[in-house]
Amino acid sequence: MSFLFDVFTVMAVSTGVFFFLAGSIGLLRFPDALSRLHALTKADNVGLGLVMLGLLPRAGGLLAALKLVVVWLLVLLASAMVSQMIARVARRGGSPL
Amino acid sequence: MTVASALALVLALLLVSIAAWTVVTRRTFAAVEGFVAYGLLLSIAWVALSAIDVALTEAAIGGGLTGVLLIGAAARLRTAETALSAERAGAPLRWLAAAVSAAVAGAIAFGVLLLPDPAPTLAPAVSEHLPSIGLGNAVTAVLLAYRGIDTLLESIVVVFALIGVWSLAPDHLWGGYPGPRQYADPNSILAYLARVLPPIGIIVGLYIFWVGADLPGGKFQGATILAAMWLLVMMAGLTDAPPINRTWLRILLVAGPLLFIAIGFAGAVTAGAVLAYPEGYAKLLIKVIEAALMPTLTLTLALLVAGAPERTAPP
Repeated sequence: MSFLFDVFTVMAVSTGVFFFLAGSIGLLRFPDALSRLHALTKADNVGLGLVMLGLLPRAGGLLAALKLVVVWLLVLLASAMVSQMIARVARRGGSPL
Repeated sequence: MTVASALALVLALLLVSIAAWTVVTRRTFAAVEGFVAYGLLLSIAWVALSAIDVALTEAAIGGGLTGVLLIGAAARLRTAETALSAERAGAPLRWLAAAVSAAVAGAIAFGVLLLPDPAPTLAPAVSEHLPSIGLGNAVTAVLLAYRGIDTLLESIVVVFALIGVWSLAPDHLWGGYPGPRQYADPNSILAYLARVLPPIGIIVGLYIFWVGADLPGGKFQGATILAAMWLLVMMAGLTDAPPINRTWLRILLVAGPLLFIAIGFAGAVTAGAVLAYPEGYAKLLIKVIEAALMPTLTLTLALLVAGAPERTAPP
């Protein structure tokens, strides 16, 4: 059973890291602010979500696992809000400072 | 090379290159961005060294709060930036500054490398006497029991810093409202975030303060989170900063350090030394001091970001 959990952790965290890598490449390579934001949200939402999912079996307790989920949800909330605000400034044609 | 030491090496290289970039870059705002990224990476480095308390403080104060203060400073300097960069210092002066900085960094590095291995430490003595204080977190014990004088002065220094910021106000605005009034669409994303996040943030901030007795955390980190929540609500235009002549504000600003001083001097009578705690009451008194410092620190940190008074009447 613990072997299965380990396989699950390795697979989920690796897939998550892949999304982080893809998001970082997109951030560096995409031409404009809006598509760069689009690339970043993949890293934050899916990448961190998968890393969190992979770490759940290793959290060592229900409370610690819940904290991991809360951390992911807070990052989701913050990144969604912040990218909305950056996108709004970018669409108006200004640069955020 | 193990995975851990390879990670440590990558982290150290990243830290040094971000630090160098922060110094080298010409644009003020880019340097501030570099400083914030540096602070966050530094807190990861502290986690790697198992210094969770330091990591929390670095992330909250070093990267977070100082970063916000510097962003504010960069925004203010933006209009003057071209004029400032036009009057660059001459080459000899810049080389001299670089040489002095390098010499200081080299001296510090030399000193650290010169330390005997294992380095002299009081850590075993601290953990041996931890039960007599009643705390589970050795860092809190050091900050409030063994080195109470440092923490006391620290809590006074931040209030002095706030007085320094306030005294930048012109005479006719003294006693007015700090910073510009923020306007935001009440249906905007920012206003939504400022309604959703604070209930969660307040609980997290109070939890980090409370858990500091036994686990990593404490008043500074907790107060920074509370201050951030208040600033978020202010920036979304949902509330306004209080004018700086309010009596309740001034009482809360000095209440924490004053109580700390009072308990410290009471120790001279009850425990035989200033800033000592009587037998069996150490944990209780430490938590009382930290609880009194929480409002002081929250208000101070938030109002430091809010800035000097800029208007006398609410709009």
